[in-house]
Amino acid sequence: MIKALAKCIRDAKVPAILTPIFMLAEAFTEVCIPTVMKYMIDFGINQGDINNVVKYGVMLLAFTLASMMFGVTAGVTASRASSRFAKNLRQDMYYNIQRFTFSSIDKFSPASLVTRLTTDVNRVQMAFQMIIRITFRAPAMLIFAFIFSFRTSPKLSTVFLFAIPFLVIVLAIIIKVAFPIFNKTFKTYDDLNECVEENVRGIRVVKSFVQEEHEKSKFGKISDKIFELFTKAEKTVAFNAPAMQIAVYACVIAISWLGAHAIVESGNAEPGLTVGGLTSLFTYTMQILMSLMMLSMIFVMLTMSKASADRTAEVLREGCDINDGERNIKELKDGSVEFKNVCFKYSETAENNALDHISVKINSGETIGIIGGTGSSKSTFVQMIPRLYDTTEGEVFVGGENVRDYNLEALRNNVAMVLQKNTLFSGTIYDNIRWGNENASDEDVQRVCKLACADEFIQKFPDKYNTHIEQGGTNVSGGQKQRLCIARALLKHPKILILDDSTSAVDTHTDALIRKAFREEIPNTTKIIIAQRVSSICDADKIIVLENGKISDMGTHEELYNRGGIYREIYDQQTKGANDDE
Amino acid sequence: MSDTKQAVPMPKGRPPKGARVPMKMDKTTMKRLLGYLKPFRGQLAVVVICTLLTTGASVMSNLFLQTLVNDYVLPLVGDPSIGFGGLLKALCVMAGLFLLGAVSALINARIMANVSQGVLKTIRDEMFTHMQSLPISYFDTHPYGDIMSFYTNDADAMQQMLSQSIPTILNSGVTIITVFFSMLHLSVWLTLIVIAFLGVMMLITSGISKKSGSYFMKQQFSTADVNGYIEEMINGQKVVKIFCHEEQSKEQFDKKNAELCENTYRANANANILMPLNNALGYVLYVILAVVGGVMAINNVTNVACFAVNTMTLGAIVAFLQLSRSFINPIGQLSQQVNLIAMAVAGAKRIFTLIDEKPETDDGYVTLVNAKRNEKGELVETTERTHLWAWKHPHTADGSVTYTELKGNVVLDDVDFGYVPEKTVLHNISIYAEPGQKIAFVGATGAGKTTITNLINRFYDIADGKIRYDGININKIKKADLRHSLGVVLQDVNLFTGTVMDNLRYGKPDATDEECIAAAKLANADSFIRMLPQGYNTVLKGDGSGLSQGQRQLISIARAAVADPPVMILDEATSSIDTHTEAVVQAGMDALMKGRTVFVIAHRLSTVKNSDVIMVLDQGRIIERGSHEKLIAEKGQYYKLYTGAFELE
Repeated sequence: MIKALAKCIRDAKVPAILTPIFMLAEAFTEVCIPTVMKYMIDFGINQGDINNVVKYGVMLLAFTLASMMFGVTAGVTASRASSRFAKNLRQDMYYNIQRFTFSSIDKFSPASLVTRLTTDVNRVQMAFQMIIRITFRAPAMLIFAFIFSFRTSPKLSTVFLFAIPFLVIVLAIIIKVAFPIFNKTFKTYDDLNECVEENVRGIRVVKSFVQEEHEKSKFGKISDKIFELFTKAEKTVAFNAPAMQIAVYACVIAISWLGAHAIVESGNAEPGLTVGGLTSLFTYTMQILMSLMMLSMIFVMLTMSKASADRTAEVLREGCDINDGERNIKELKDGSVEFKNVCFKYSETAENNALDHISVKINSGETIGIIGGTGSSKSTFVQMIPRLYDTTEGEVFVGGENVRDYNLEALRNNVAMVLQKNTLFSGTIYDNIRWGNENASDEDVQRVCKLACADEFIQKFPDKYNTHIEQGGTNVSGGQKQRLCIARALLKHPKILILDDSTSAVDTHTDALIRKAFREEIPNTTKIIIAQRVSSICDADKIIVLENGKISDMGTHEELYNRGGIYREIYDQQTKGANDDE
Repeated sequence: MSDTKQAVPMPKGRPPKGARVPMKMDKTTMKRLLGYLKPFRGQLAVVVICTLLTTGASVMSNLFLQTLVNDYVLPLVGDPSIGFGGLLKALCVMAGLFLLGAVSALINARIMANVSQGVLKTIRDEMFTHMQSLPISYFDTHPYGDIMSFYTNDADAMQQMLSQSIPTILNSGVTIITVFFSMLHLSVWLTLIVIAFLGVMMLITSGISKKSGSYFMKQQFSTADVNGYIEEMINGQKVVKIFCHEEQSKEQFDKKNAELCENTYRANANANILMPLNNALGYVLYVILAVVGGVMAINNVTNVACFAVNTMTLGAIVAFLQLSRSFINPIGQLSQQVNLIAMAVAGAKRIFTLIDEKPETDDGYVTLVNAKRNEKGELVETTERTHLWAWKHPHTADGSVTYTELKGNVVLDDVDFGYVPEKTVLHNISIYAEPGQKIAFVGATGAGKTTITNLINRFYDIADGKIRYDGININKIKKADLRHSLGVVLQDVNLFTGTVMDNLRYGKPDATDEECIAAAKLANADSFIRMLPQGYNTVLKGDGSGLSQGQRQLISIARAAVADPPVMILDEATSSIDTHTEAVVQAGMDALMKGRTVFVIAHRLSTVKNSDVIMVLDQGRIIERGSHEKLIAEKGQYYKLYTGAFELE
């Protein structure tokens, strides 16, 4: 995990190295200050020597100023380093996701990817800043303060040899007890969020079935559990401050007792321990024990952010097993497609093949219809063509070459696909259609929209082609969205065009018009059409009937119909009066 | 596509999702928020006492040095024969005091854990309970993410304040006051210097805080911007890949990411500066006090202390210097809390707007009761579970009660409706549904099909006209009872975390396993449910994410069947089931619809063909009505739709 994240440091490296250095310098000056204060008290105030007061005062100010400068600089470099690190991490993740195969996207799910890129990156950023600021400062402070207190009085400093282990043990016990409770609390929080989410999304169901009371009691139970766990965890952590106080106070009392003895025994405050020395020892006590406290806090927070770090690293590490082919072919000869004994599984552990020994040949320029029930792997079948997935067994050829030999961009630019679950992006209609070809002229865009029968409704919008599409295309109807998506794909001037159930929300008449346009305007493009509606594919050159990942039948409409089987069953059932006019 | 999504105007120009701008401190919100502490008054009193003891101990530890030196060490140095007995006694007293302080701190923290989590729980429960009572229109107009953030971001901000800020403020406040009087006790002049210095310090830090506050806002905005972009692009990632749009997508991302980086840097840098600056200023004060105090002591300036006028002693200066450190530190801590509290109050304000949102009103008094027929054939109420239901209708005029059998007769009489009063979306809708009839709605998206069904179960209230259920105006029926008598299957299926069985039982919690299985068989869901890892006991998570859309619809149909209401609303209930499976489900659907009044909205006309009446809707008006044969013969809109000459959606 650390190795994967370390790569994201890059331009954060300099500030990330400078921060601990400045932090160490700050800790050092901070530790010097009590000693200067000691001199000021002993030689200035206690001697009634105003010159010494001023002299050490100036020195103290100098140290203060230095400490502040180091502190401020470290603060600035730390935020520089952490913001850059977060930027790089976000960028690397985002870039890697751009390289993700479809199977990787499925594996992570978009929702989880979004959380990883946002919430998790933020947590990692905070942890990173803490690491470079405090993990160096706290131990350094502890060591420096100990050395200085040892210099002031070796004998009294032995007190710390008892106080430090005491505090370490107590803090360790607290962490050990509280940590699992916190973990459980966070899991319960997930349950709470899930419950709220379900209720907000499913409020119509809740209200329709009059289950408000049931939902309230369900929520109440989770809420109670959070209260219980969180209170328990916080009550455990409540031992932190008193433990610290006991350690500090014990030191104060021990130092007072031993210090008084030391001063009295030496008979004189001058050479040995002094009043100022005592003051500074008290300050060092605070510094040493506070550093310990800080360390325990960091430990807890770092362990908590570890889960986030793991989740981000997982995205970074996800390899991309679909890369440009070695031969890197950049030209598609034609739009022919051939499957040679293709098998495909979504995961290695899956029991059943999603595609099972598929062999089929499609000539360039043909129109192919694909039909089959839910789960018959129609989408999987066509997604092999632009190499969105790699076959588990067998080969796919496009334009006479194995898809694995192509330059991916060249292949995908020539194989346009309109997905079943399609997305429009926020922006104008022009912007959206130009995804197919950035440099297309307005006329080009309008031409493909006419082809996809989208022009007619676009012209009815007040802003026509400049109409703003909302995120996810929520302000156009399902049928309109599908036609825009088809237009977008057409703008690529592909050699192969795949429509994955892309006209389901378009009425049969418009559907027929679109197919007619395909026939007349792009006769040389291979058209592969998946449909639930038989009327969308019955005039295809060839119809493939898929069933459970296998080709159960193939042929023209007449051939298939005459043979009977599933195709005829579907056809009869759909045309039972429904489209006797077709 | 649900019709309402199109029809409800969304307020434009709201700040991007996730942009949480700390507002100015709001006194009424603050007061209300503190009101939640009321039930914990007793515990809070203990907290205050404990805080006093804890800070007392810590101030004493600072002052102890002076006592140690002046009262014990110096006399001992002068005359060692006094012995250490007195010091031992004093140390024992101190140890006792310290222990008391530490124990108080422990009690304090443990009580605060209770208080802060208790308040949070109260608010959380109140929020959820109230949310359940809100009308559907609230959920239409408030994006899902906004509602979620009440429970996450805003509640988190409040938690921060309750479990961190309040104890810190209490502690710092008490410390500052105690130290302040201790300082006054030592020297009024030096205290005046401290106050003057404090003013300068506040000026500097508030300047920086303000600046960091504005950068913080900018950071929030660009975070929202980047998050929004990520959400949109990642959700469309497959399209990005298909169009080889990766480079463009990266380019945009880099721009936004760089901006976020810059704003985060500025916000954090300013915040990081504050601590060392405060610290340094504390030392500056220390030096000023030492010099001034020293000059005063050496020149024998008359010192004015609280209760005495004397000369400045060296011990007093040392003690004062020590005190000044304990005075400045809590002030630094207090200044750090300001931002946290502002955020908590802003969060509380948003949560309170949810809690103050007007709940769904329900003036209904007609209720649904189990009934049986007595010897005379009259309906009487019974507590037994008969399969006969009746509307219990108390008449306020003469105090009598009438019972009407629940049959499923639904009449809409000249109904007008608009989501907002200015814009009527349904005009003069009249529908007469006899018990057992199947009524279908056909029309384009936005024609008002779903809206009509939402009026029947009173998700929305009509503007004009009347809706009667078994002859009773639905406004008189208690909403819960009205909805119990209506079953709904929607296109967008929502399932809940729990087993498949729990989900099937959702509408009728006391249904037996057998009833649920029978309903699943009816909906043709039994076979695939049995193929799930634990069959009916398989736990569904994340809205049943492991199931296909079609399977979810089948469960949804079975769920409605278990509830067994006399009237059913099927809104695109089979849209995601392929035609082959639909044909198989159709038999189950027919069985489900038998003997019930059914309102059907379907995209596939083959599904609605056998309806008793088909209503063709266009822009909120019924333009054609009649049986399939009649409408075909009329060769109107329905005929065009049916023959595919017209676009449906």
